[in-house]
Amino acid sequence: MGRAIADDLTGAHVLLRTRDQLHAALALIELDGVAARIVIAPPDVKPEHLPAVIERASIDVVVGDDPALAVEKTCFVPVNLPKPGVVPPVSCHTEWVLFTSGTTGIPKMVVHSLQGLTGAIASRAASDITWGTFYDIRRYGGLQILLRALLGHANLVMSDAEEELADFLARLGRHGVTHLTGTPSHWRRVLMSPANALIAPGYVRLSGEIADQAVLDSLKARFPDAAVGHAYASTEAGVGFEVNDGREGFPASLIGAPGPVEIKVVDGVLHLRSPRTATQYVGGDDLMQDGWVDTGDMVEQRGERFYFAGRKGGIINVGGLKIHPEEIEAVINRHPGVRMSRVFGRKNPITGAIVVAEVVLAANDNAQDDVRKEILETCRQMLPAFKVPAMLHFVSRLELTAGGKLSRHA
Amino acid sequence: MSVEAIVRAEFEQVAREQEKTLAGLSDETVLLESGLDSLCFAIIVARLEDQLGVDPFTASEDVYFPVTLGDFIKFYQDAAAA
Repeated sequence: MGRAIADDLTGAHVLLRTRDQLHAALALIELDGVAARIVIAPPDVKPEHLPAVIERASIDVVVGDDPALAVEKTCFVPVNLPKPGVVPPVSCHTEWVLFTSGTTGIPKMVVHSLQGLTGAIASRAASDITWGTFYDIRRYGGLQILLRALLGHANLVMSDAEEELADFLARLGRHGVTHLTGTPSHWRRVLMSPANALIAPGYVRLSGEIADQAVLDSLKARFPDAAVGHAYASTEAGVGFEVNDGREGFPASLIGAPGPVEIKVVDGVLHLRSPRTATQYVGGDDLMQDGWVDTGDMVEQRGERFYFAGRKGGIINVGGLKIHPEEIEAVINRHPGVRMSRVFGRKNPITGAIVVAEVVLAANDNAQDDVRKEILETCRQMLPAFKVPAMLHFVSRLELTAGGKLSRHA
Repeated sequence: MSVEAIVRAEFEQVAREQEKTLAGLSDETVLLESGLDSLCFAIIVARLEDQLGVDPFTASEDVYFPVTLGDFIKFYQDAAAA
């Protein structure tokens, strides 16, 4: 494989790290077919994880829109904006590598191909469509929308993390957004905003979290002329299926149905096999078994329908951001007065779930209020706000499994 | 305490804990402009469910998301009375 020099990225392994989503989009267009691997850093990647990312993914070059994003000891190349009308020669197959959310420590990197990423996208060009998304295009859900807009020759209105929701809705309205996508949590915020009167999308799409009946019905009531659909997709499994009948969950008839995506339920957990799944993790760990991806999403069948029932392994999904309970338990357990703790998600109509902690104290302590304050203070210092327990209860004991592990199913 | 007083107290408590500055809470205050974010509302709704025994977002037949603080309080008053 050719090693890169500054302005020739042919065959290079590139880490794409930008402040601006548009720059990331332009760089992706430029680098596909040129670089051998593009690792797309999401906006919240932790700088301390970058050296390990660079090593694991054998990165030659960091491409970015701000020299301050350069990483020590690694070559930095400014984003090279595509020249209008100039199509870069395709000289190699490019791996598109995305980060998973919700990993403790160094994020897992998931390898896709452009073919797999675009497998769910209809080839019809539709320049009368204006996409809008609350997602960041540097994550799977947002990248899907970027690719839909690019392949369909459609317009795309991107979000900006700094922008107020009302301002973004006004901007979407000004540009006449027709297709708008976000998580159920994004949509609940839209429903609570008077500025939702400024948009009139024809297609409302939810994914990334469980879409419950309340949010689907509320969207249908607020946007009566819109088709409201929810999609099942994940960074590893790709786009699985879309549900357009206005109801939560999905029809049991999808299991075993013919089509590019095969679906099965094993021990209550959804598994997918399709050409759209990622091919592997960077650095080895198996992503598939016989081509099947274990999504980690638990489902329950009631009658002719399956309903989502949370995540295997206790992973908590707060507004689309996944949280491993162990990460929070480790912070809580730093307190010298704590014997053990259990962190779990509590269902919530605003963000899907919130984080709740149960704590067993080492000694019968009368100073519970002080300990509670100290634990929460430490959590606030060490964790982003959505990971800090919203509720903390003291309990006398926690269930253990037969193997002596903390029982994650209360 | 009245439902309204409980709701208002919870707004102030969560704002303090999450280190948010409340914009002043009149009935006309738009919730998304109150200085609280989605996570704050999520916490408020969970705590009110524990205190009042109702979660009108999940329980109500007419699905509806409140826009102002006045809507929000009435949402809980109606649910608590039902």
